[in-house]
Amino acid sequence: MTITEKILSAHAGKKRVSPGELLNVRIDLALGNDITAPLAIKAFKEIGAKKVFHRDRVVLVPDHFTPAKDILSAEQCKILREFAKTQRLTHFFEIGECGIEHALLPEKGLVLPGEVVIGADSHTCTYGALGAFSTGVGSTDLAAAMATGKLWFKVPESFKLIYYGKINPWVSGKDLILFTIGDIGVDGALYQAMEFCGEAIQNLSMASRFTMANMAIEAGAKNGIIEPDEITLQFVKPRTKRPYRIYRSDREARYVEGREYNVSKIFPQVALPHIPSNVKDVREIGKIEIDQVIIGSCTNGHLDDLRMAAKILKGRKVAPSLRLIVIPATQEIYRQALREGLFEIFLSAGAVISPPTCGPCLGGHMGVLAGGERALATTNRNFRGRMGHAQSEVYLSSPAVAAASAIRGRICHPEELVKKQ
Amino acid sequence: MKIEGRIWKFGSDVDTDAIIPARYLNQSDPKELAKHAMEDERPEFSQKIRKGDILLAEKNFGCGSSREHAPLALKAAGISCVIAKSFARIFYRNGLNLGLPLLESSEASEAIQEGDRVRVNLTTGQIFDLTQKKKFFAKPIPAFMQELIGDGGLIRHLRKKGLK
Repeated sequence: MTITEKILSAHAGKKRVSPGELLNVRIDLALGNDITAPLAIKAFKEIGAKKVFHRDRVVLVPDHFTPAKDILSAEQCKILREFAKTQRLTHFFEIGECGIEHALLPEKGLVLPGEVVIGADSHTCTYGALGAFSTGVGSTDLAAAMATGKLWFKVPESFKLIYYGKINPWVSGKDLILFTIGDIGVDGALYQAMEFCGEAIQNLSMASRFTMANMAIEAGAKNGIIEPDEITLQFVKPRTKRPYRIYRSDREARYVEGREYNVSKIFPQVALPHIPSNVKDVREIGKIEIDQVIIGSCTNGHLDDLRMAAKILKGRKVAPSLRLIVIPATQEIYRQALREGLFEIFLSAGAVISPPTCGPCLGGHMGVLAGGERALATTNRNFRGRMGHAQSEVYLSSPAVAAASAIRGRICHPEELVKKQ
Repeated sequence: MKIEGRIWKFGSDVDTDAIIPARYLNQSDPKELAKHAMEDERPEFSQKIRKGDILLAEKNFGCGSSREHAPLALKAAGISCVIAKSFARIFYRNGLNLGLPLLESSEASEAIQEGDRVRVNLTTGQIFDLTQKKKFFAKPIPAFMQELIGDGGLIRHLRKKGLK
């Protein structure tokens, strides 16, 4: 069996499962945010449920339109706050301890290898980077999971993606996943489990692994997953006292499809409007001037991402009239970036630093685009109107490319500014 | 279970931001969401839609976010059924959970045109284009799912059955 099949079978109380099989799966953690949880809470009440299945295992994170951008958003947050209070939820993250859910949960040790996590947010697939099965669902499914601690799933077929070779300077997990989506398309792994493996993955930092698993949904996948190794354990161990289990795919595990990528041939990538699969090598896109750069999101708001951006921004200034918005993904990342002096670098460069929020990624607040404007963002989606006006454009890249482009005022390769990484 | 309506035709990879832009997600009132369904793609959609209309698309309909507001907005706007070559996974689950019938048919997706009158039989999976007088077949919707759709979605279905 594959790692995905093993985790699902263990949570369904079965010895063996195969793709296509329907399972009733035990959920370790169920997550909702300020957009999706209000509908789930309404549904939860409508089914007549009184108590959540476990008060430690339902997590609510108001992170999308927070700090509340308007009255309606504040009302949504209030629904979460009151539900968390009546249900005595252990994990409700209010402003001050909040963060972008998919960076926050791993950081707090709330998701561990071998677990099954569902979240009413499509980027819930991020936790696959820890060797967990995690997937996005809608509000109704979240309601059912909150009430029963279980949810039905069809066992997905697995798609094996092997990355080998030496990674190039300025290339990160973001470039590898953009390249992959460019190769297989936005429905290239529809309904499937994307299993990322190979020596190049083993050499990736935890931050880069989270980025890759995070964007599995952008290829249509049900989940993205990486087998845990030493790097995973180094991340997990100091964050939890709970037991967890490491699963690995069998040698004879069956895959519906496979791809191999020589990463020494992959250079910094950019996704052009209006679909994440419209990917090109940054050196081949010509002169594209930009109005705004966003460095942040559940995809690339990690400390490593901010460090990379700071390395390029240090001693430099953003292009005149360009707006650079930096968004540390969690309170802890924010504090650490401050301690390391990264904020000084960002501020001197002319950036504005936002509190942790999903904000501009989905055109919510903190950097919405006007008609005709163009942004380069380290986020995950560049659909038409994603960041604001229907006539605006979003380009996607790594933090390194985003930082360099903020200086130049046009999308560029970091080596144009800094010779050596 | 039979449905009849006019076709609104869309292309491939229609994303959830196109179905309902995130700027309207600071609330979840179906009527309010319906006013903005497909707004950026087809600004006239919410005004010109008639109850019972059918949405037709190519591959990967509903890709992107997990927002259940997407099928909710379409349903509240009056869409009675979505026919596509394929659906994005989360949208598919959300649609059925809300009682919005979803059918997969490549042939129908290619042949049926904007404005055609179409009759859909969920029990047999038959899609009949009354304008072109052509028949297509999708996989039928199983009886239990038709019952769920008839009840108005998973939540109402569970409540009716008196299950927790």
